[in-house]
Order: sequence, then structure tokens, then C-alpha cells
Amino acid sequence: MGNFDRSMSLAGEPPKALNTGQKLAVLVGMTGMGILILQLFNLKLGNSALWLTISIVAIFTGIIWFSQAAYAHKQKGIKNDGVWFKSISSRGVLAWMAGIALTGFYIVLYFYPQYLGLVKDGDNTGLIALFDPLSKGLSGNPASQWFVYGTMYTVAILAFGAKFIWKYRHNKYEQLRTVSVMFFQTAFAFFIPEIMARLNGDLPYYDLKNMWPLNYYNFERYRINGFIDSGSVGMTMLFFGIISIFVISPFLTYKYGKRWYCSWVCGCGGLAETAGDSFRQLSDKSKFAWKVERWVVHSVVVFVTLMTTAVIYSYLGNDTSKYWLTKTMFISGVAVILTAIFAWVMIYKREELAKDARYGAIGYFTIIAVLIGMHFFSGSGNIFIFKAETLRTTYSFLIGSIFSGVIGTGFYPILGNRVWCRFGCPMAAMLGFQQRMFSKFRITTNGGQCISCGNCSTYCEMGIDVRAYAQKGENIVRSSCVGCGICSAVCPRGVLKLENGPEKGRINSKDVLLGNDVDLMDLVNSK
Amino acid sequence: MDHIVIIGNGISGVTLARHIRKLSDKKITIISAESDYFFSRTALMYVYMGHMKFEHTQPYENWFWKKNRIDLVKGFVEKVETDSKKLLLKDSSYISYDKLIIATGSKPNKFGWPGQDLKGVQGLYSKQDLEMLEKNAPNNKVCNRAVIVGGGLIGIEMAEMLRSREIPVTFLVREKSFWNGVLPAGESAMINEHILEHHIDLQLDTNLEKIISDDNGRAKAVVTDKGETIECNVVGLTAGVAPNIDFLKDSGIELGRGIKVNRFLETNVKDVYAIGDCAEQHEGIGSRRPIEAVWYTGRMMGEALAQTICGQKREYNPGHWFNSAKFLDVEYQTYGWVFSERSKKDNEHHFHWRHATEKICITVAFDKDSYQFLGINTFGIRMRHEIFDQWLTENKDIDHVMTYLKGANFDPEFYKLYEDEIVAKYNADFNKNISPKKKSWKRIFSIA
Repeated sequence: MGNFDRSMSLAGEPPKALNTGQKLAVLVGMTGMGILILQLFNLKLGNSALWLTISIVAIFTGIIWFSQAAYAHKQKGIKNDGVWFKSISSRGVLAWMAGIALTGFYIVLYFYPQYLGLVKDGDNTGLIALFDPLSKGLSGNPASQWFVYGTMYTVAILAFGAKFIWKYRHNKYEQLRTVSVMFFQTAFAFFIPEIMARLNGDLPYYDLKNMWPLNYYNFERYRINGFIDSGSVGMTMLFFGIISIFVISPFLTYKYGKRWYCSWVCGCGGLAETAGDSFRQLSDKSKFAWKVERWVVHSVVVFVTLMTTAVIYSYLGNDTSKYWLTKTMFISGVAVILTAIFAWVMIYKREELAKDARYGAIGYFTIIAVLIGMHFFSGSGNIFIFKAETLRTTYSFLIGSIFSGVIGTGFYPILGNRVWCRFGCPMAAMLGFQQRMFSKFRITTNGGQCISCGNCSTYCEMGIDVRAYAQKGENIVRSSCVGCGICSAVCPRGVLKLENGPEKGRINSKDVLLGNDVDLMDLVNSK
Repeated sequence: MDHIVIIGNGISGVTLARHIRKLSDKKITIISAESDYFFSRTALMYVYMGHMKFEHTQPYENWFWKKNRIDLVKGFVEKVETDSKKLLLKDSSYISYDKLIIATGSKPNKFGWPGQDLKGVQGLYSKQDLEMLEKNAPNNKVCNRAVIVGGGLIGIEMAEMLRSREIPVTFLVREKSFWNGVLPAGESAMINEHILEHHIDLQLDTNLEKIISDDNGRAKAVVTDKGETIECNVVGLTAGVAPNIDFLKDSGIELGRGIKVNRFLETNVKDVYAIGDCAEQHEGIGSRRPIEAVWYTGRMMGEALAQTICGQKREYNPGHWFNSAKFLDVEYQTYGWVFSERSKKDNEHHFHWRHATEKICITVAFDKDSYQFLGINTFGIRMRHEIFDQWLTENKDIDHVMTYLKGANFDPEFYKLYEDEIVAKYNADFNKNISPKKKSWKRIFSIA
């Protein structure tokens, strides 16, 4: 399309244009944002609590009013009219402006918080000072750049979550899932850690739903000491952090697929599904992108495993005087666990792995070789010439800040809303591995009903070519699938259903689809 | 090495090509004048509505064809010379074939209405039609009103498309109720209501008399058989489709409304076959029509013919009928045969349930004497294809269907389920005492 002249009107026309209600709503919301932006210039507005309240209420009102103006007068159903005509959702000028603004914000947030008004020894100024009253009310401490970020993050998930629920008011699955991420963000990521900080100042800040390797820092020395020093509460939290990785998460992933985390609980996922919903169609569906995805995300897994092991190793002792775990016990433990997983997969799950087995083996042997090297040649947690601490700061900079924040969220309007989840998140990769190898979850394809229209693939935020499976009558069992359910929602012919069923027959490629000659189906599909 | 030439790169031709490639090393060429690459015709509406870009409607990436050694030729076949086994293209080049498959699909029907060839009058079938609509109706300033003529699946899609740009739409439907030649009365009535909910001016029992031209040869109004003149800028002709076979007139290939084929999809000329919308069976298979202009049947013919072309001669022998569509926001699926009041036989009885407020309903057809299950239409509830296919094969009765209906539900998780309500109404209507069984994975998967 696009070889003919469209109207030159700047306002655009339906479904591209905003209606009057939406325009007013944008004005209100932007006024709220404007108050925050003014604060960057350290304008003294006086009563911080009042102005912060006005700002947040205005943002909320703007977004909710916008949703009302967009959806309330329409029949319930799929609301994708004009998605590819609107500048913001089709990589137009607005999208680039938003992308640059977000990216800039993340760079300032991570590397130059002083411009937001962070003052190390003394009273905050500017934007951060505006949040001081709220922070003091919750934890008793003055605000930090992270408190400002966390508050805005929560506001975004709540307000855009409400918009999403309105948009999908015909779809119970989407509604419940969104209520869930809104709850986990507000309670677990925002309120509980603040309140815990008030009750017990020694406890490390801990978002309980955030498990390693997403919170790659969880087993660093200062945190471990913090847990240990806080007595039974701290030890319980440490214990919870460990069984989350080895018991809770594999169990839930077996039962429900990785969606239980990625699109029902996770904060990154929560933002992607709510504020990022308008950008899901921008993910790259090509086979090439899939290849890049597998290399990059699994490299991050290898990196985080090595980094964490090296960090823990570096502070453990050679005897049990400091921690009951010694260097030798720990490093052998890691090697044994990795070997057990590797052996189990190679023996029992070879078929599922198929061509990827080679890459899995490469990853495994890399880690083991490096661990051996570390133990016998450096003895202090150094990997080759890199200190554990250097690894940690590098990871924190490259993956924790640049990838998950600056690129992952800043580039929403350009690369889609799940770039981090797809290409960078080691947690998603590990859950995905479990989902692919042993899980009851799949997206079932409904017999021969697919018409290859491509709505499912277009709106898959993880860049899965869903149609490629559906038109073969094959169920979708992909490690990257976060189970958002949008493919099923946008399907005009009722072809896709997310469900948890028996593991047997989960994948079932067919060359000839249901509805044709049964003998022909037997002949072709049995090959 | 055989050279297989396929005219038409729609679902029929492309399915055929893919399957021939799986089975053999033959040289395959696909000729199309419509588009460079295969795209999903059923998705064209979403391009106009801005849900997708045109490239999203292409199911395979562009490298796919070369990798699978399927040659794509862009060109329009003017003439088929069956004696010399050659095709003459519009650019005067020739392509020789060993086996020729015609899969040229359909074109919109025109029934000789005065003014049917004016500017601004168009059907909606091809990529070119979509591009034309984008020119004719880019917005509601250029197009103040559109009139759609013909109450079928394409008509309602076109209405939905135009409404997405807030263009006022008048929808002329010949029948007394929307699509009631196919749908039973209750369902048809529900869709009438839904069309009105979308602010479409639905005029039932109304025919097009003529289209009036302005001074530049553009449509400016239509006149209906009720004597009403409706001003408009665009007229959508969506009164069904007919096989696209004009170029075969003097080819010696036997033609009826479509290209006449036997059960092996062979024409009267050796090494020439026809599949998809343009093929016409000498007699309809089962309750099917001789010409089946449906996505799924096009695909199935491609799957079947590939076997024949590759040396395992095989009839086109479709299984149980199924189909689907979406009427604005209401999804429709059908399995087996449910006929409208107009065309159903005496033995076919219906059980109908409709939700009190939502646009959800089902109709189950069964034999009035044996109670054998014949088919189901569902609106706003998704059902499992495999299960209904199995029930039809096993000649289950309607009581069985009602008892195990919960297991056939395919709606997304957490959706409100209506099986209890449905079965209660069935019990009341037919004085039965069926209690529905819970969904069982075992039953669902012993079937697949």
C-alpha cells in the first residue's frame, strides 16, 4: 500500500484522528506530566505533596478519560482500527519522539540522577524532592531516583492497565491477567518493600516476586549479610529466594507455562502489557530475528550464571568460619546441578531440543570450563583476567541498565514492547527452557480453521510467527511465548486457545489439515 | 523433469505447489498478475482497517520461494494453448508446461445493473480492489456515503471496513433477513441486530435498480426497487463471486459456470487441472455445491491434487463440512450441515439457544426421527473442530452432543460458559433429562 496520495490533513481522519474527548484527555494527562517536567528545572512550586497529588491525579484522569473516549461508545471487541495508520504505533514521528524522550529519561535515571534532583548529603531538589513527602510517608526515608521511577512505573501500570481492561472488556483472560500484574506491581514491587524498610531497616530492599536471575544482585555479599543479620525474617526471605528458583518457579511453569510469571506477575512484563500494549505489533517476526534472539538471550543466561557464581565464590571462605558454605562446596554444587540438568535434558528431552541441542551443549561446556578454570587457576573468583566485581559491574551496566532499561523500555515505540523480555531477560530464557522441555502449556490450534490472515503473528509481542504453526494445524509450543493471549483474542476464526493439558501430543504438526479426506490425512500425516 | 505450471498464487495454487515440492523434485512455476507473493485474501480487510500492513498478510517470508525452488512469474495469462501445451502471456511471452493447473479464483458478480461499470463502483476480492477502495474511500470527506449491494460475507466485511473510517454505510440486502439463505432465522435475526448496532443503515428486502452517474462518469447515487434514491460516492458490489475464467473461452477446456472437473480435479483436456474457486464439479459432492468458493476447500483441493500430480492418483474427497466467518464483532463457526429454513429438508430439525442479552447463540441440526446429529452453528462461542468432526464421523445423536458439549468448548480460559444454560433449554424444548458431563482431557485427546 501507500502508492497513492493520502489526505495532507495534519489532524488525520478516523480511525487515525483523535476525537474531542481524547484530545482533552491528552491535555489533562500532559498537564500532569508537565508538572513533573517543570520540576526538572527545579521550579519551587511550594507544597510538594499537593503538587505531586495534582500531577498523579491528572495523569490518571488523562489516561482513563482517553480510554473512555476511545472505547466506551464502541461495541466490545477487537480495537485495532488504525493501529498502522497512527504515528505513535507505526514508528512514525511521534513514535521516534517518544522513543528518544524515554531513552533520554533512562540514561539520566541510571547515570545522572543528580539532574533529577538527587542530593547525596542533604535535601533533594527538583523532581526527586517532589516525591519526598510520599516516600517519607511510606518508608520514612527521603525519595531517591528509584523511588520516583518506581512510583511512575506503578502509576503507568495501573492507569494503562485500566485502559487495557477497557480495551479488552469482552475478554476475561486479558482482564484477569491485567488485574494480576496491577496487583503484583502495586503490592509486591511498590508498597511491601517500602513498608518492610520502615519495619526493619537492615533488610535489603526485596521485591519478593523478583527472583534470580532477573534480580541478578540477590546473592551479592551485602544482601546475603543483610539477610543473615536480620534473623529469621531475613533467612526466610533468603530461603524463599532460593526455592523460588529451584522449586516454585519450575512447578508453576510445569503447570501453567511461563505465563504465570511473564504476563501475570512480572513487573517488566506488567509494563510491557499495559503501557507497552500499543507497540506489540512492532516486534520483528522474521526467522532471522528468531535466530538472533536465541543467541543473544542464551548468552545472557551464560553470562549471568557465570557472574553470579563468580561473585558468590569471591566472598565465600575456604573454611566454614564465615559462611557454612565453602568455596569448594559451592563450586562443586553449581557444577553438579548444571551437569544434572544437562544430562537429564540430553537423555530424556533430546527430541524437544532437536537442533538446539548443540547450542545447549556449547553453553553448558563453556560454563563448566570457566568454573574449573576459576577454581583451580585463580581461586578468588577471577575469570581469566576479570575480577568477579568487574563482571558484576559490567553485567549491571550492560544488561541491568542498558539492555533492560534504556533499550528494553526506551525503544518500546520502535522495536516493540517486549524487546528486553525476548532478547535480554535471562529469567524469561530459563522459564522458556522449562516451558519448552516440560510443561503442560501450549496454544492449541483448532483443526483446519486457520485462514492464514496473520493477525496472530502481527500482534505477537514476542515476535513468534504464530500463523506459521496455526496454518499447519500445529500447536504452538515455543520457549519465548509469554502467554499474553492476544493471538487468541485477535484471531477472527476462533483458531487459537491457550491451555494446560496433558504433555503427550502437545506438538502435532500436520501436512494435511482436518476437514480433508481422512485417508489422505492418514497417508500424509503419518510420514 | 516435469514442468508444473500453476496459474494463480492464492491458497489453492500455493498449497498445491508446497505439497508437490514436499513429494517431488519437479520444476514448479506459479504465475500471477495480482501480486508478487502469496498473500491471504481473507486478510485484505484488515489492511484497509489499519490492523495490518499488506506484508503482514503474506504467510511466507520472501526467501521461502527461492529456497523451495518455486519459481514466481508475474504476468497475466491471456491464452491457454492446450495442443502445444503453451501459455501466452500479456507481454507476448510464452511459457510451456507439462502439467497445467488453473487456480485463478473468482471475480465479483455483476448482474447487469445499469451503471455497474461507473467509476466508484467496485467489488472487493483482489489486491487491486483493495487499492481501488483506498482511492475511492480514503476517508469520510472524500466518501460521504457508501452503498453496499449484496448481503453476504464480503458485503458485511466491506461494511465493517468502511465503518472503521466512520464512513456512513447503507447496506442493501435482497433477502428479508441477512444471509438467511444460509443461516437459520434466529441467527440471521441476531446478525441483523448486530449490523444496526454498528450504525450501518441495513435495508432488507431491497434490490438495486440502477446506479446514477455524475458528469464525470462517477457514481453519485443509487436507486433502489423501493423507489428511494441514495446519494453516495462509492458502490460496493458484493453479491457473490463467480469463477475467474474469461481467458479460457476458446481453449477447448470444458466450461460451465466454472472449469468443469471430475473428482480427480482433471478437466476434459489431458494434463490440465483446475482447483479452488474456479473449479466446478460435475455434481456437488454430498451436500456441497459444485463450485465451492471457500478458503478451506481451495486448500483441500491443493492438498489432494498434489498427490495425483506426483503419481498417487487420488480423488478430491473432502471430509465433514466446516466453515467460519466473523460478522463485525461476532465470530461464527459451523461444523456439519445446518441449513436455513429456505433450503433444509423435512427431516432436519433445529434446536436453537440464544443468550438473553449478549450476541451469542447456537443452532444444532438433527434428524427428527433418529435424533442423529447433523451439524452445529455457533455465534460468539468457539468450538473444537476435532470433536465435532469425530461426532459427525461416529453418527452421534444430539443427546450425546448435549451431554459432552462442555468438552467441545474452545473459548479462551475464564470465559463464562453457557453449556448448562444451553442443555437446560434443550431439556425443556424436547422434554429430555440430560445432565452435561464435565470437560475431560482424556476424552478430548483420545480423539485428536
